[in-house]
Amino acid sequence: MREIHERDLEFLSIGAAILGTGGGGDPLIGKLMAQSAIREEGPVILLDPEEVGDDMFVLPASMMGAPTVMIEKIPAGDEALHAFRAAEQRLGRRADATCPSESGGVNSMIPFVVAARARIPVIDGDGMGRAFPELQMETFHVYGLSGTPAILADEHGSIVMIDANDHYRLEWLARGVTIRMGGHAHIVDYPMSGADFKRTAVRGTISMGIAVGEAVKSAPRRGIHPVEAIAEATQQTIYGRAVRLFEGKVVDVVRRTEAGFAVGQAVLSGIGTDVGRVMEVRFQNENLAAILDGKVVASVPDLITLVDSETGFAITTERIRYGQRAVVIGIPTPEIMRTKEALDVWGPRAFGLQMDFVPLEVTYRSYYLQYGVPKEKEKYLR
Amino acid sequence: MGYRLGIDVGGTNTDAVLIDGRQQVVAKAKTPVTDDVISGIAAAAQDVLSRSGVAPDAITHAMLGTTQVTNAIIERRGLERVAILRLGAPATRAIPPLADWPEDIRTKVEGPTVILPGGVEYDGRPISPFDADAVRRFVSEALDQGIRAFAVTAVFSPVRNDDERRTMEIIESLAGERAHVSLSHEIGSVGLLERENATVLNAAVRTVAHDVISAFRNAMRALGIHAALYLAQNDGTLMSLDYARRYPILTVASGPTNSMRGAGFLSGLKDAVVIDVGGTSTDVGVLSGGFPRESSAAVEIGGVRTNFRMPDLISIGLGGGTMVRIVEEAGDAPHAIAIGPESVGSKVVERALVFGGETLTMTDVAVAKGMARLGDPDRVRVREGVIDKIFARAVGMAEEAVDRIKTRAGEVPAIVVGGGSIILPDRLAGISEVIRPPHYEVANAVGAAIAQVSGTVDRLFSLEQQKREEALQEAKHEAMDAAIKAGADPDRVEIIDIEEIPLAYLPGNAVRIKVKAAGSIKA
Repeated sequence: MREIHERDLEFLSIGAAILGTGGGGDPLIGKLMAQSAIREEGPVILLDPEEVGDDMFVLPASMMGAPTVMIEKIPAGDEALHAFRAAEQRLGRRADATCPSESGGVNSMIPFVVAARARIPVIDGDGMGRAFPELQMETFHVYGLSGTPAILADEHGSIVMIDANDHYRLEWLARGVTIRMGGHAHIVDYPMSGADFKRTAVRGTISMGIAVGEAVKSAPRRGIHPVEAIAEATQQTIYGRAVRLFEGKVVDVVRRTEAGFAVGQAVLSGIGTDVGRVMEVRFQNENLAAILDGKVVASVPDLITLVDSETGFAITTERIRYGQRAVVIGIPTPEIMRTKEALDVWGPRAFGLQMDFVPLEVTYRSYYLQYGVPKEKEKYLR
Repeated sequence: MGYRLGIDVGGTNTDAVLIDGRQQVVAKAKTPVTDDVISGIAAAAQDVLSRSGVAPDAITHAMLGTTQVTNAIIERRGLERVAILRLGAPATRAIPPLADWPEDIRTKVEGPTVILPGGVEYDGRPISPFDADAVRRFVSEALDQGIRAFAVTAVFSPVRNDDERRTMEIIESLAGERAHVSLSHEIGSVGLLERENATVLNAAVRTVAHDVISAFRNAMRALGIHAALYLAQNDGTLMSLDYARRYPILTVASGPTNSMRGAGFLSGLKDAVVIDVGGTSTDVGVLSGGFPRESSAAVEIGGVRTNFRMPDLISIGLGGGTMVRIVEEAGDAPHAIAIGPESVGSKVVERALVFGGETLTMTDVAVAKGMARLGDPDRVRVREGVIDKIFARAVGMAEEAVDRIKTRAGEVPAIVVGGGSIILPDRLAGISEVIRPPHYEVANAVGAAIAQVSGTVDRLFSLEQQKREEALQEAKHEAMDAAIKAGADPDRVEIIDIEEIPLAYLPGNAVRIKVKAAGSIKA
């Protein structure tokens, strides 16, 4: 258990952008919302999953819709609270805690807004361990929780409750409501018990986001490169140590809109120790695959993020442009995101890529032999 | 024949140029920036008049590019308290205005603040009905507190600005001449907080801008210059003084834009890297089709996030006045050297070694390398190997900046301008040719003198009665006519910006079209 103050969210906004793997929306608006709420209501308690009682009632909170609308029509700030009250009334029970559905990007912040206002804790874990574009792409779905009733709320206090028999249908209906709500909406879905959370969530993702952000921010003062700082900050987590995949200059960016997603690829030409080599990064909102001289070295759901080669701050897919110098880093996903049923939902083939998922620990075997991996990942090194 | 007078107030020098009707530079002047700024403007203008022998009343247009507004924000000087109205409630209440401003500027600028109903969704549909009574009450109270500056920002006003306009009418009806109103849709694009920040800054710098404008007008009058007067803005076009008085924040970043456009004009190139070396820093940018390439990232001014269209620049601490330190190591160890970022600035003519001073500067290095003939080269008593090492390091800094800004692989030409550019060699890695156009040292003032006048159209078109292409053509024609009416040469007017926003909710397949046309001033 720890208290989260405005300053922690400064760090989280940097770390969550890295966990956003190029997507997830800019955490800035979410950070300012959460900081405002904390300034008015006081700090928020972040609970370790081990501190969560089995019978606690947990409601995840997030936003869905277009980040471009979010930066103009900023929320009222009480949408998630309204959705909470509606869910509580329907389910006949007050929420004991909230958690993020998505720890990458803007949605890392939304639970802190509602937690401050409802005076409940946030649990340190989420349903993605990163950013993904759709509601069924959550461990909560993969491991059998019900996404419904799902409640969408807008700034006027309107509430739309969706009961659907599967999560693909839920995604489809919720997407339509979001458009009518003006391009974005708050959503409370996957109502669950504390036991459900502990069984299905990716753990420790918020504290890791804060730690990664703090490491990046303090790297210049400590005289280390920010990429090294990210590697150190991830070493002791359930992800395992981040690995530097490539350093290069962006020499080509192709971007097109397909079914509401930004789809394309960036090509980087190597600099420093990577001179003479080429890396291609494919993306659909989030980065999906990193291909080095024609060979896939990292793929979804492992995290692939471009960071500014000087500051270590994440570069989102919509901001990649020719001439930028970036380091491409990979962060291995936790095992809970790599099971067969998980990869069916978000492996490379779920995004239309003709490749199988290969864990970073396999591709960068000697690196991980040197630095070690979390216990449950030792199987990759045998 | 009419002449144009271009003046640029930079960090180190005030530059002036006089350009004739055949687009030739007939005189130029460079004077150190004075503390009151305006006497430097007067001195530089007087200087070009004397040198050229041109009569003051032969000058038809005078343009000023100035950093004073920017500096006032950075130094938190002369800022006014602002009443802040945001229209969009119940939306947007999660983040109040000025939430992420640094405390020192926030306490100077923040006046009464309110979030009221109004604004529209992304498709132009109203979020909530505009509440004229609530606006009236708020404005009256602010006026009672002595507030004179108002900043109005409605959600999605770049799509539909009705509520901002209605608010302005209410303020003007209550306050008359006493108040001045800044509307966000005139200032920025989509991105509420950044646009609101810029609008509040615009309101806060009114007094500063008023002083600059009056001083400019008075200085010109005192010299007997009765020309049309303009201020340069960040997109390379000009504002009349009346417009500048309403939207002074648009002068921000006019300096780099002017020097890049001046470099393009003087060299005749439309596509090139521009390296502008001043006394303290070097700005490296890209000229694309004759205009500076714009930055895509949010731009901070004095710690406040805005979303202005600014040239994409890399600034490095390398200029003619940049101080160089040599740390002598024991034994045979190589000399450690440090270049900048400190600079002696305009004092280079006193403090550099070649001018009898005691400070080793980049200018001394250039003189020792035989690249410039200035002062007394013998006063630079540093071993030659060390000079070479310093020089190589400085060139490396410039080359890295060039490499970072370049938009494509392969070599491109570079236009090198600015008073400090003597410190750069004629060969740079990644550059096909280093071009030093005539009058390179006053390229920024040239940029101000050749800045264009513009005309804009911003209205709704119904695509039921006409085709999209016809609507666009109509808008383009109107914008070009407006630019010509403002004084642009009809043969040289071009469309510089088109924005098309479909308003799905409106009947009749409506679309909002914004077009900006600009052209050189007709001689």
